[in-house]
Amino acid sequence: MPIISIRDLVVEYDGHRILDGLNLDIEHGETMVLLGGSGSGKSTLLRQILALEQPKAGSVSVKGIDITRCSTSELKRVRRSIGVAFQSAALFNSLSVEDNVALTLREHTKLAPSIIDLMVWMKLAVVGLADFGKLHPQELSGGMKKRAAVARALALGPEILVLDEPSAGLDPIVAAELDELILLLKEAFQMTVIVVTHELPSAFRIADRIAMLYKGRFSSVGTKDEIRSSQNPRVRQFLDRIPGDMAKTPAVAAYFEKYLKAQEAYG
Amino acid sequence: MATVLENVGTKTINHLDYVGSLNVQLWATLRAMRTALPFVGNRYRWQASVRQMLQIGVDALPMVSLMAICSGFILAMQGASELKRFGALHYVIDLVAVGFTRELGPLLTAIAVSGRSGSSFAAEIGTMKVTEELDSLRVMALEPVEFVLAPKFLAALVSVPCLSIASNVCGILAGGLFMFFSTRLAPLLYFRYVLESIELRDVITGLIKSVAFATIIAHVGCLEGFRVRGGPDSVGRSTTSAVVKSTFLVIVADAVFTAIFYFTVRP
Repeated sequence: MPIISIRDLVVEYDGHRILDGLNLDIEHGETMVLLGGSGSGKSTLLRQILALEQPKAGSVSVKGIDITRCSTSELKRVRRSIGVAFQSAALFNSLSVEDNVALTLREHTKLAPSIIDLMVWMKLAVVGLADFGKLHPQELSGGMKKRAAVARALALGPEILVLDEPSAGLDPIVAAELDELILLLKEAFQMTVIVVTHELPSAFRIADRIAMLYKGRFSSVGTKDEIRSSQNPRVRQFLDRIPGDMAKTPAVAAYFEKYLKAQEAYG
Repeated sequence: MATVLENVGTKTINHLDYVGSLNVQLWATLRAMRTALPFVGNRYRWQASVRQMLQIGVDALPMVSLMAICSGFILAMQGASELKRFGALHYVIDLVAVGFTRELGPLLTAIAVSGRSGSSFAAEIGTMKVTEELDSLRVMALEPVEFVLAPKFLAALVSVPCLSIASNVCGILAGGLFMFFSTRLAPLLYFRYVLESIELRDVITGLIKSVAFATIIAHVGCLEGFRVRGGPDSVGRSTTSAVVKSTFLVIVADAVFTAIFYFTVRP
């Protein structure tokens, strides 16, 4: 049985359809990369997987529980098995890095403070931040914040790790380091990893399978090699970096025509 | 005409929606309050409540005291200028003592706390929303109402009545100073007259009002924060809105309570 199962998922905002009948199964222990351009619906799909929003139709099941219809206590139980690192890291600025990581351990376990301290140190050591636990998030660099968010996501030893745009806004070296960290974590903890990104090198480095989103639908789902060799025009456009026709819309064309005529008139 | 009716209808629905949201939030917070209590609740939540009490109460004490001293002088001077024409200068003592314990003490405190802490609640929660910290709490199986709101509400319920008492004392002291400098009335005699003029029910009605004001300030501030949509500019708008709405609602609630006490509590 897949650990996450998405069936006929439809999401609309103000009557505008964002996700249009998505179906996807994510298996235990695989790294699934949700790839797509801006506005393709990646982050919306992620919010559905985390049950942060209600869909218009369809279902999302995590470990066999339909999180779109389950009770609050069931949802909490499911959420304890998911670790999430948001795009903005979303660390609590009022807490130190180690308090951020310790938060779920203090709230959801009855472990002694000394054990929690030890576990926090271990999680921070895994992401290479063992010496930075006393700092506050605003004192960290962008890459360190992302790693701290990963450490926090790992705190309860989740079965599923969700990473939203982990390499966005980072320089290529730090982004590559983060990719290696994701691979290391998967190997060490045998987790199911879901990564939302639009960074191609990162996606092809870490993915077992890639689901390519385009305008709220999966244009292609497959292994790295299947995606690489896909002849689907949307996939090819994305992989080959072919510009879209945004600049060729009638309104934009008319605007430029008018602008050029005005320039000519002024001589 | 249709547009006017449509606008009136829309505004009415929006206001009802706001009041409904406040009620839903209040009940959710009351259910979560147990976790913020000492001994029976969560240790970290109680520590957060104490921190909030220091911010709402202790940090506001100088400002509230100064406001009360100034208002005490103003009330005594304005009262004296009229009452001495009738040879009833000693009634200034009743005016200041009863006026502060029943009305001015709680109201001045509420206005000061609304400006200081109501705005701070809205800004803090609004920023947490914009930076995905609230979503982060939810995916960690922690309820924002329990984690963020309950400690603030408990702290306001404790701090605002305490500040009101401090405000009463400062206002009455200012009245005593005025009486000493204008009529050479001995301070001890002044306090004997004060104790004769106020009754226990005056203090109790003032404290009941303080608790109601604390509820309004905490819930309006937090609701404005939770309703933030978009970017940092909306945090600024929600902060302004929190102060305006909570001050307005405090004055409306004051009028309602005063009317209730006037018609039900007989001397």
